[in-house]
Amino acid sequence: MTLQSQRTDQPMRDQLRGRRRPLERAVIGFLFTAAAISIAITIGILWELGSESLLFFQDEAVSLWDFLTTTVWQPQAGSFGIWPLILGTLLITVIALIVAIPIGLASAIYLSEYAGARVRGIVKPLLEILVGIPTVVFGFFAVTFMTPLLRSIFGVSVVNFFNVLSAGIVVGFLIVPLISSLSEDAMAAVPSSLRQAAYALGASRFEVATRVVVPAALSGIAAGIVIAMSRAIGETMVVTLAAGAAPRNFHLGTDPLFGHILDPFDSAQTMTGYIAITASGDLSYNTIDYNSIFAIGLTLFFMTLGLNSLSRRIVKRFRQEYE
Amino acid sequence: MSQERPRAGIDLARSRARSEDEDRGEGGVVTTDTVIDVEHLDVFYADFKAVGGVTLGFPTNEITALIGPSGCGKSTVLRSLNRMNDLIPTARVEGTVAYHGRDIYADGIDPVEIRRRIGMVFQKPNPFPKSIHDNIAWGAKINGFRGTKVEMADLVEQALRSAALWDEVKDKLSESGLSLSGGQQQRLCIARAIATQPDVVLMDEPCSALDPIATLRIEELMLELKRDYSIIIVTHNMQQAARVSDNTAFLNVSMGETGQRTGRLVEFSPTDQLFTRPREQATEDYITGRFG
Amino acid sequence: MTYFPEGDEYQRLLARKKTKGHFAKFGLLTLLILAVLALASLLYTIVSDSFGLVAVVNEKEPSQIVADLGYDPARVSLDSLDKADLVTALEGAISNNVGRRLERDRRFFDDRLVFETQATWDEICASSGAPTGCTASPRGHDDVLLLVEERVVQPDIIAAEGLLPSIFDRRGFEEKVRTAFATNPERFGDYTVDQVRFEWRAWLNMRFLTTPPNSKPELAGIRTAILGSAWLVVITVAFAVPVGVGAAIYLEEFARKNRINDFIQTNINNLAGVPSIIYGMLGLAVFVRLLEPLTSGSLFGTGVDSGRTVLSAGLTLGLLTLPVVIITSQEAIRAVPNSLRQAGMSLGATRWQTVRSQVLPVALPGILTGTILAIARAIGETAPLILVGAASFITLDPSGPFSKFTALPIQIFQWTALPQFEFKNLAAAASLALLVMLLALNSVAVILRNRYSRRFP
Repeated sequence: MTLQSQRTDQPMRDQLRGRRRPLERAVIGFLFTAAAISIAITIGILWELGSESLLFFQDEAVSLWDFLTTTVWQPQAGSFGIWPLILGTLLITVIALIVAIPIGLASAIYLSEYAGARVRGIVKPLLEILVGIPTVVFGFFAVTFMTPLLRSIFGVSVVNFFNVLSAGIVVGFLIVPLISSLSEDAMAAVPSSLRQAAYALGASRFEVATRVVVPAALSGIAAGIVIAMSRAIGETMVVTLAAGAAPRNFHLGTDPLFGHILDPFDSAQTMTGYIAITASGDLSYNTIDYNSIFAIGLTLFFMTLGLNSLSRRIVKRFRQEYE
Repeated sequence: MSQERPRAGIDLARSRARSEDEDRGEGGVVTTDTVIDVEHLDVFYADFKAVGGVTLGFPTNEITALIGPSGCGKSTVLRSLNRMNDLIPTARVEGTVAYHGRDIYADGIDPVEIRRRIGMVFQKPNPFPKSIHDNIAWGAKINGFRGTKVEMADLVEQALRSAALWDEVKDKLSESGLSLSGGQQQRLCIARAIATQPDVVLMDEPCSALDPIATLRIEELMLELKRDYSIIIVTHNMQQAARVSDNTAFLNVSMGETGQRTGRLVEFSPTDQLFTRPREQATEDYITGRFG
Repeated sequence: MTYFPEGDEYQRLLARKKTKGHFAKFGLLTLLILAVLALASLLYTIVSDSFGLVAVVNEKEPSQIVADLGYDPARVSLDSLDKADLVTALEGAISNNVGRRLERDRRFFDDRLVFETQATWDEICASSGAPTGCTASPRGHDDVLLLVEERVVQPDIIAAEGLLPSIFDRRGFEEKVRTAFATNPERFGDYTVDQVRFEWRAWLNMRFLTTPPNSKPELAGIRTAILGSAWLVVITVAFAVPVGVGAAIYLEEFARKNRINDFIQTNINNLAGVPSIIYGMLGLAVFVRLLEPLTSGSLFGTGVDSGRTVLSAGLTLGLLTLPVVIITSQEAIRAVPNSLRQAGMSLGATRWQTVRSQVLPVALPGILTGTILAIARAIGETAPLILVGAASFITLDPSGPFSKFTALPIQIFQWTALPQFEFKNLAAAASLALLVMLLALNSVAVILRNRYSRRFP
C-alpha cells in the first residue's frame, strides 16, 4: 500500500528532487569556479607579463633583438641585453647544482640502501627542517657566515663582498632536500626483486646501489634534478642579498673567460635579483624600468615552465621504458 | 661428470675430504656425495622461529625439491643456503650450512663469495631493465670477468644456450630483457644465474608465475642443467616435484610450546620413494591431499 | 675458459670489493653529514648572533636616572619605575619643543599636561588640523619607557660578540674592545673607554617581540612585523583555503575525465612550480595597480593613497599558496577509501551529500595538515612582498586590511642588507623568532597528522 502511494506521489518527489537540485548545482558551480580560478591565475600571469613586456619592447630605447642578443645590461646607457642577467642566474644555478647533486644523491643512496630505520628516523626530519627554513634566512646565512668563510679561506682581496660563489653554495644547500627526497622516491620505486637478483649474483651493497638501483631510478633522479634546477633559477632572496646588484656585463671574445665571465668571486645580478631590487626602489608605473622587470619576468617564467615540463616528460618516458 | 668444465672453485675448502667421492662413478640409489650439508638449522626472524632443527644433505648434480604446505619454511631454508636471509635485518641463523665442508656462516666468510657459487632464481622473473646481453654480462662483470668483448659475447651465448633461450633471442640481444614473455624472462634469469659459473642453483618456485607450457620448458631445462649444476628447488606443486626431482624433502609446520608455528623437516628421501612409500604419516597425508 | 678469477686472485677481488665498499659508504656518509653540517651551521649562526655580550655606551646610565629620581639603583631598575617617574626623567632631559611635539603626537597623561598649558592645548585641539594627541589614548608605560631609553639613556652598542665566545671568553671580548679603543679612538667618536659597559644582551627577548622598529638598532623590535605577518596569514588563509579546498573537492569528486579538467589539473601542477617572485609581479600588476580602488580601500571610503596594502599582499600570497593547498587537499581527499563513498551513495545520497557528510570529515585532518604547511610556507615568503610594496620603514601597527604593512621576512631582509653590525644581530634575532614560529606551526601539523592517521584504520 505505502509502496504504491510513494510511486504515484510524483509531485512530492519532484519537490524533493527540485529542492536538492539547484542548491547542489550551485555548490558544484562554486566548486568548479574555484578550480577555474587556477586557470585565471595562469591567464593573469601571462597577460600581465606579456602586456607589460610589450610596452617595454615598444619603447624606442629597446629592441627585442638587442634584448636577446646583447651582453650588456646598463639601463642608464640605454643597453638592455638580457644575457648578463642570465649569466648571473646560470652561474649561481650551476654552482648550486655542483653542491647539491653530490650531497643530495649521496644522501638519497645512503638513506635508501644503507641506513637502518634509526638513522633514517633522525636524518630525514633534519632534511625536512632544511626545507622549511625561509629563503631570506638562507640569505642571512650567506651574508653572515658563508661570505666571511670564503673570504677567510681565499683572502679578502680575492673574494668580493658580493660574490656568486657564496650565493651559489647556499642555494645549493637550499635545494639539497629537493634532490635528496625526489631521488629517494625514485630509488624506492625500484622493485626489491631487482636488488635481490643482484645480491644473488654476488654483488656487494655498493654495487647493487650504484649499478642496479641508481641506473634503474635514473629518470626519476634526473627529473628531480631538473626540478631542483628550476627552483634554483627562481630563487630570489639568497641571490639578492649575497650576489649583489651589479649585472655582470661582458663581451665575448674580449673578456677573459675565467678572469671575468665565469669569475665566482665577483658579484653578478640574477634575473630574480634584478626584479627584486628594481621593484623595491622607487618605481613609478609606465617607466621603462617598471616595464623591464616584466620582460625579465616573462623570460624567467618560460624558463621555469620549460624545465618543469621537461621534468614531467622525463618521468613519463621513464614509466614507459620500465614497462 | 664435471671434468670438461673447471669446477667453480672450492676456495672455501682447502681440504680434499671429498676427493674419494669424486672418483666414484655412477651407482648407488642414494648418493652420499653432497654439495651442501645442513645441520640443525634454525632460522629466526626476531623472536619468531621460522625453521627449526633441519638437517639434510643436498646431493651433487641432482635435483632436490623442498615441498610442504605454505608457511612451512621451505623458502626460508632455501634462502639460508646462499645467505640471502642476511638481507633481512631481523633474521638470525643458528646451526651450520656447510658448502663443500665449510660453514658458510662462519666468521670471515663473505656472503658475496657464497652467492657467486650458489646462484638463485626467483619466483617472479626479475631481469634487469637492461638489454638481454647486459643482463647476463652484468653478473659476470661484477664477479671480475676478465675477458675481451668477444669472450663476453661467447659467455653470453653459452649461458643462453644452456638456458635453452639462445635460438629465440640470438637476433635481439640488444633489446630490453623486459620485452620477453614471462617464460622467456625466467629462462633469461636462469641464464644470468649460470653465467657466473656457480656450483649450485637455487630455485624458489620458479614456475609459479608462468603458464603450463613455459613451466614445462623450464622443467626440461632443469633436467638438462643438472648435468653441470646441483639444483635445489622449492615448489608447492607436488606433481612438479615428482616429475623433476631426484630427491625430495618434505617440511611441515609444527606447533611449538609457545604456540609458534615452526617449520621442521619431516622426511627426506629419493623422490620416487617419498611419493610411493612415504615413511611418515604426515608425508602421506600431504601428498594425498588430506591437507596443505 | 677461465674467464673468472679463482683462488688467490679471486680473494683479492673480494678484498678489493670490500675496501671499495667501505670507502663508498664512508664517502656517502661524509656527503650526508655535510648536509647536516650546513643545517647546523645555519642554526648556529642564527642563535649565536641572537645572544651574547655587547659593549655599550650609554649617554646617561639607567642607574643614574634612577638615582636622580631618589631611588636606590641597587634595588630599583629603570623599567620598574612607574610612568610618572619616567615622565619626570624625560622632562629633565629633553627640550620643551621636543616635549611639546611628543605630547601633541600622544599625551602622557589624560588628567594633566606636561609640556603645554591647558589653555594652549584646548586652543590647538579646537582648531582644524588638530594633532593626533587630542583624540588618541595616552601613552602607556612601555611607550614612555621606550622614549626614556631613546632620548635619555641613548644606548649605543659599539661591539657585539657571538654566543659561545661570550660564554667562554668574556675577557677576550673585553680585551678586543679595549685594544680597539687604544689603537683606533677616532672610530668611537668622543666616547672614552671608561664609558663602556659590558653586558649580556639577548637580542631576542620579550621586549624585542613587542617593540616596533626603530632607527636605532639598540631599541628596535619586530612587533609591527609580527602583526603584519599575522594579518597576511589571515587574509591568505581566508582566500586560499575556501578556494583551494573547493577546487580540490571539485577535481576529485565531481570532475569528469575530460580535456578541460585534465588541463586544469596540469595547469595547477604548473602553477605550483612557478617562482614566487612571479606571483609578486602578478600581485603588483593586478592587486596593487589594477584593483587599486579595491585594495587601497578608497572604494570603501577609508582611503590610503596606494594599493600597497596588506590586502594586496595577502591576496598575492593567497594566489601563491593556492596551488599547494589544492594539491595537498586533493591528496587528502584521494586517500579516503572508495568504500565510504559507495556506502553513502548506495543509501540514496547525492554526490554532494556524500562528499559533505562522509568524505570531507575523513579528509579533514589531511586537509588541515596541508593547509598549515602551506601557511608555514607563506609566512616565510619574501620576494612577493617586496614586489607588492612592503613598506621600508613603518612604526605603526597595521590597523586593518587597508594599511601599509611590513612583515617578518621583509624585516629580516632589510636588516640583513644594512651594513652596520648591529643589524646583523637584529636580523638573527628576527630569524630565530621566525624559525620558532615555523617550528611551532609544523609541530602542530605533525601532531595532527599522527593523531588522526592513527584513528583511521
